[in-house]
Amino acid sequence: MRPNDAKGLDETDRALVRATQAGLPLVPRPYQAIAERLGLDPEDVKARLAALLERGVIRRIGAVPNHYALGYTANGMTVWDVADERIDALGEQVGRLEFVSHCYRRPRRLPEWPYNLFAMVHGRSRDEVEAKAAVIAGCLGAACRGRAILYSSRILKKTGLRLPA
Amino acid sequence: MDETDRAIVNALQGGFPICDEPYAAVARTLGIGEQALIDRLRALLERGVLTRFGPLYQIERMGGSFVLAALSAPEADFDRVAERVNAFPEVAHNYRREHRLNMWFVLATASAAQVPEIARRIEAATGLQVYLFPKEREYFVELRLVA
Repeated sequence: MRPNDAKGLDETDRALVRATQAGLPLVPRPYQAIAERLGLDPEDVKARLAALLERGVIRRIGAVPNHYALGYTANGMTVWDVADERIDALGEQVGRLEFVSHCYRRPRRLPEWPYNLFAMVHGRSRDEVEAKAAVIAGCLGAACRGRAILYSSRILKKTGLRLPA
Repeated sequence: MDETDRAIVNALQGGFPICDEPYAAVARTLGIGEQALIDRLRALLERGVLTRFGPLYQIERMGGSFVLAALSAPEADFDRVAERVNAFPEVAHNYRREHRLNMWFVLATASAAQVPEIARRIEAATGLQVYLFPKEREYFVELRLVA
């Protein structure tokens, strides 16, 4: 087992990941269909998926909407330079805002890049994103020393993640 | 998208059940038939309203790594740089963004140890400096886009 495999996925788990990462079969008994394809017991498939969900290997099972198709055409990566001693407490608050879809602490790359908090905000217009960014700014208060919003203007590639076969 | 499609998109962003007949279980809560739900999901996927439907894996928990990276491509050369960056199979997403750092992409690798080497190869292929922005901490979010 490689050191990074510490979370203990066995070969059957990995086969299950490969079989489902592109999506669940759209048939009345999807887990049974997967089991048949992999030569497994359907009860084992359900138990393993439940365990992967429990352990956070699966974040959630559901639909991934296309932002643009839902009318969320303004996609802003808001980035903030937040005092190191405050960032974790404030990052948790920002992450809890219902319109923030991802929220991370990342390293600064000085002098090019002073920002250490990244919060993704989607809106139906840039004005909506700006208004949401103002709420984040209010949340950060004086701990924030600089900010920027990087709008995406083109998707250059989107293949999603694939576990190598 | 009609009201039923919106209800499906809103209801299915998480929590799809693990049971023998999960579509039937969800269809009951939406007040529609099992086959109607399956047909509508297929249509939403075909039309690109949904990009996928199924388990969402967290690659880090499988030993893999997922690192945000950026570079600053000269405008005149942007498309050529994008082509070279996208040619790497490890580049999972790539977005043009409005900033001096105008190309932001995600490197997905089977192990974290591969990331510096891939970044170095992208630098060699483009002649541009690659900035890596690994996640140091993830703050709790619950993704929910209202359709």
